[in-house]
This record gives sequence, structure tokens and C-alpha cells, in this order.
Amino acid sequence: MNRVPAPEPGERQEPSEARDYDDIPGTYVFDGRRSRRGYPLNSFLMSLNDAANREAFRADEGAYLDRFGLDPEQREAVLERQWLRMLDLGGNLYYTYKLAACDGLTFQDLAGEQTGMTPEAYAQMMIDGGRPIEGNRSRSEWEAR
Amino acid sequence: MAQVVGGVGCSHVPAVGAAIDKGKMGEPYWVPYFAKVGPARDWIAEVDPDVCIVVYNDHAYAFSLEVIPTFALGLAAEFHPADEGYGPRPVPVVEGHPELAWHLAESLILDEFDLTLVNEMDVDHGLTVPLSVLFGQPEAWPCRVIPLCVNVIQYPPPTGHRCFRLGQAIRRAVDSFEGGERVVVFGTGGLSHQLQAQRAGLINTDFDQAFLDGLVADPEAVARIPHVEYLREAGSEGIEMVMWLVMRGALDPKVREVYRATHVPTSNTHNGLLVLENR
Repeated sequence: MNRVPAPEPGERQEPSEARDYDDIPGTYVFDGRRSRRGYPLNSFLMSLNDAANREAFRADEGAYLDRFGLDPEQREAVLERQWLRMLDLGGNLYYTYKLAACDGLTFQDLAGEQTGMTPEAYAQMMIDGGRPIEGNRSRSEWEAR
Repeated sequence: MAQVVGGVGCSHVPAVGAAIDKGKMGEPYWVPYFAKVGPARDWIAEVDPDVCIVVYNDHAYAFSLEVIPTFALGLAAEFHPADEGYGPRPVPVVEGHPELAWHLAESLILDEFDLTLVNEMDVDHGLTVPLSVLFGQPEAWPCRVIPLCVNVIQYPPPTGHRCFRLGQAIRRAVDSFEGGERVVVFGTGGLSHQLQAQRAGLINTDFDQAFLDGLVADPEAVARIPHVEYLREAGSEGIEMVMWLVMRGALDPKVREVYRATHVPTSNTHNGLLVLENR
């Protein structure tokens, strides 16, 4: 196991620009960097909790998005349902799921969409025990494939 | 005096709630999972707690990014199931225990845990699925519930160490409550799972079993696991496992493991179910 020394009680885990988790492949940790970038996008997605808002969005997606101040890339990612790109642009998975649910997707559909696998292949991978940890701990392992 | 009689660790996979609500428990996909919940249900029926303190996380229903409390304690007399986009789960309203909750609030804050206090909130699958797993489908939940909501969505969540110490403070608070309530503490979420990006579907049963072994026998060591290790080894959503440390902290240093079951997959998750008793 790839152990990093744990902080002693009371010892700070110092925030910094380079993060110890940046080496984890295929993973967007929703930290302050992403949360700041994604705030308008996630605010839009949060609004979909309300049924009336979901109707308004479905009626005219572009006009509805105008209320939230998304940047052009975020706007395009939403309109094109680019699930992985939404995460890259600061979206949080639990928030993008609200749009996926609005579209009738399940959580597993959404998870599968982001991996580039077909829904059937993704579901079968889970039934077979999931994606193994071996070979999936660090970016270097992915680059070596 | 009130007393903590045991602890439950339980994943809170929404698909498990849906399987229960929609009567899919007999389907081949679900039979192996539900075959494993019986002993935990028998235990809690036998213990018959008056109150469950359920440590869980909200998934952007009660809380958004507008306000992000690290620890939020529910003080209300009742909490309604949240509408998670397809109507609220058809489960009973959750009855709170305002007297004990307020005692916890005062005791914990004076014990230097700076909680957010919540008088009104709906509760999502993070809280209601573990209740369904343990209690099935009753007309009303058989006990009061005090929700303790932990932020594990906006990084960083509280450290495992902080969660463990909070559990210990909860124990002191329950022990000093002038009532006869028998209390079970639930830690929910986990085990390994990742729902996002190209590494979605990650499962690490070895890490999870080592975590459970340590949680039972050496929780001080498990409380030192840094966030990066959860993120890497248990997946980005596996970091929910810190919430099990709140439950463990509320129990005695030495506990008896009454029951453990895990199952892959429930949707995208290595599902865990653990029952612990003070010895």
C-alpha cells in the first residue's frame, strides 16, 4: 500500500498549489481550485432539484442557462452533455448527476459515460468486481500502458 | 443516564434504497446483497434502541455550495425525506429527538467541536438508506433519529482523526444526558467506490477489509489514514469512510465485532455492513 505519513494530532495538512492527490489518475478531486471555477455551473445544476426549474430548463435550455453566468466552455459542456468535461470545468459529480437524472440517466449510466466504456461493459465490470486498484494508483502507471 | 449500546457501519447506496422501495429485492442482482443484511436486522431488533445518531452526508439536497458546514447537527422534531429528483423516497418521516440533540449541541460545542446547528432540513438517501437496510419497511421508524451531517463532498472533509475525536465527544455527551435512552450510533457511506471520471468503478476490497479490521481493533491507527490514501486506495467517493470513525469513537476502546458483511457490487460500490458492541 502506498502509504503517506499521517499527520500527528493537531498537525496541519497544509494546502498548497501542488497537491498530493494530483498524481491519482482519472480523478478530479473537488477541491477549492475546482469549486471556485465551477461555482456558476454547480449553481445551475443545484437549481435542477426543483421540478419547476427542470421544466423551465427543458423548455429552453439556453435561456435558462443565461441566469447562472456560466462561461462559454461550461455552457457548451452542458448543452452537449459532455459529462467528463463538466468535471474538468469545475463541476462536481453529485451536481452533474442532477442533470443526468433530469435526462433519465442512472448513477451507473453517468459513471459509465465518463469512462468511455459502453453502459453494458461498465455494468459487467462492476459485476465482475469493479475496476481493480492494481495499475490504477498513479498517473505513471496509466502513462506506461 | 443515557448510554451508547452499539455502533453500526452501513453503506448508503441509493440503488439499495430504490431496490427496497420498488420491491426488487428478489431479483437475481439483489438477492446476494439482501441475503447478508438479516443478522444486522436481528441485532438491532434485539437491542431495540430508543435513538439512533446517524452520521451521514448530504448529496446536494439540504446543503449546496452556498454554505458548507463541516459538521451539521439536526435538532428538529422531524426530518422529511428529500426529493432527490424523482420524488421523495416512500419512507416514513424521520422523528428527531430535540432534547438529546440540544444536549449534544451544547455539550459538543463546549467540548470545542464547532458544530453547525440545523433546525430545518430534509434528509436524503445518505440517512434514509441505512435506516431501510437496518429496519426494513415499517409504517414508522422504530426509534428517534438524530442526523449528524458531515461534509465529504467539498474537499477537504474533516480528517479521520477529527471524526474519531468527535465520536469520543459524542460518547461523553450521551453519557451525561439525564435520560434512560439507549443509543446506537451509525457511521454511513463507503466502502471503496469512485463515481466520477475515467477511474470510475474502482473497488479495493483489500483496503476496505484492512480498514474494517483496524476500525475494530486499532481505531487510533485507522484515524491516522490521510485523505490522499482514501482518495487513491478507496476512490474519490470512498473518503466517506471517515464517517465510520465518528461511530467508532463513540464506542469503548475495546469492542466486540457482532457482524460484518460486504458485497460487490451494489451499483458502483463495495457495500459494507458492520455491527459493533461495547464489551
